[in-house]
Amino acid sequence: MWNALWKFLHKLASPKYFYNISAKLIPWFSWTALFLILAAVYFGLVKAPPDYQQGESYRIIYVHVPAAWMSMFIYMVMAITGAIGLIWKMKLADVMAASSAPIGASFTFLALVTGSLWGKPMWGTWWVWDARLTAELILLFLYFGVMALNAAIEDKRNAARASAVLALVGVVNIPIIHYSVEWWNTLHQGATITKFDRPSMDMSMLLPLLLMAFAFKFYYASVVMKRARVEVLEREKNSTWVQEEIMGKA
Amino acid sequence: MTPKRKKRLALVGVLVLGVSASVALALMAFNENLQLFYSPKQITAGEAPAGKVIRVGGLVLNGSVQRKPGDIKVSFDVTDTADNLTIEYTGILPDLFREGQGIVAIGKLQDDGIFQASEVLAKHDENYMPPEVSDALQTAHEEGVNQPKQN
Repeated sequence: MWNALWKFLHKLASPKYFYNISAKLIPWFSWTALFLILAAVYFGLVKAPPDYQQGESYRIIYVHVPAAWMSMFIYMVMAITGAIGLIWKMKLADVMAASSAPIGASFTFLALVTGSLWGKPMWGTWWVWDARLTAELILLFLYFGVMALNAAIEDKRNAARASAVLALVGVVNIPIIHYSVEWWNTLHQGATITKFDRPSMDMSMLLPLLLMAFAFKFYYASVVMKRARVEVLEREKNSTWVQEEIMGKA
Repeated sequence: MTPKRKKRLALVGVLVLGVSASVALALMAFNENLQLFYSPKQITAGEAPAGKVIRVGGLVLNGSVQRKPGDIKVSFDVTDTADNLTIEYTGILPDLFREGQGIVAIGKLQDDGIFQASEVLAKHDENYMPPEVSDALQTAHEEGVNQPKQN
């Protein structure tokens, strides 16, 4: 079984194979994402009851929390693929890392904006420099740094190497974001959903949150593949298979 | 794995560990500055700088909120269960402000030991539940039924 998996990974690492298989996967991921988003919106905005304290305004959680999870998840994908690119010089890993950065930055931005919109009526302020908010803002700047390095360095291999090093340096920020609410006193509340404990949220409110979290994962998978396909074509433009792909098989 | 790859893997590992260790040391050194607010206990112990704008956080003590009639001036006590601190504030309180709720107040500690706040923020907790569940919990609590708390 391990052998088969290893073989598949090797095959996947070939840009041409990735280009072909991603074309088949993207529609599946996109439709699943759309379906899950619609379900999550329905259950979250229509079915879920209002909160005992916050009333209706808590519903922003259905965008805010999944977006914040994604901001960290995509960063880890970017750092791990970056490391694979550094160590094994795998082209597709570089492509994945570069394609992930703008999507991760968007989710981070979304988490910051929705949090701010919620913070004004609930906390009484748009922004406060507490550990959680500040660490998430640093995450946004790390994404910007990775994107800037990728864009500024002409040679793709050097760009990938530089941005992977930055991404790996920034990895330390991920546990800081996660544990900030426990390590220091912050205005941001603690975690509602933890691995080892019962979530401190009613089931009817939790379900749409989890649906949206899955929806965002599929959305990311679909969008990162679309970006990666373009990136692959760009990087492999001198190879015969790309020439054939563009010009049509003569 | 080829020796070259092994070396690069080790380099990546050293990079991540080195950065983590140095950041951890820096965070420990700056621990005090990373706290958003002082607790009433810290203020009683004199850990907060006097005459400077600081933040104080704690739970609003039940039954301590006093409003002057015809005025928006309000005074209340916050507690960290060890010590209490009286806060005076003039202005509009956030929606979530209520007795038993966590708050963060920004202002200065006066010589008479009263904290003059210029801004009060409500701290939300991590519990979400429908009103009915909250009512049921409340009733159960009042009846003294030994029902496990929803957490």
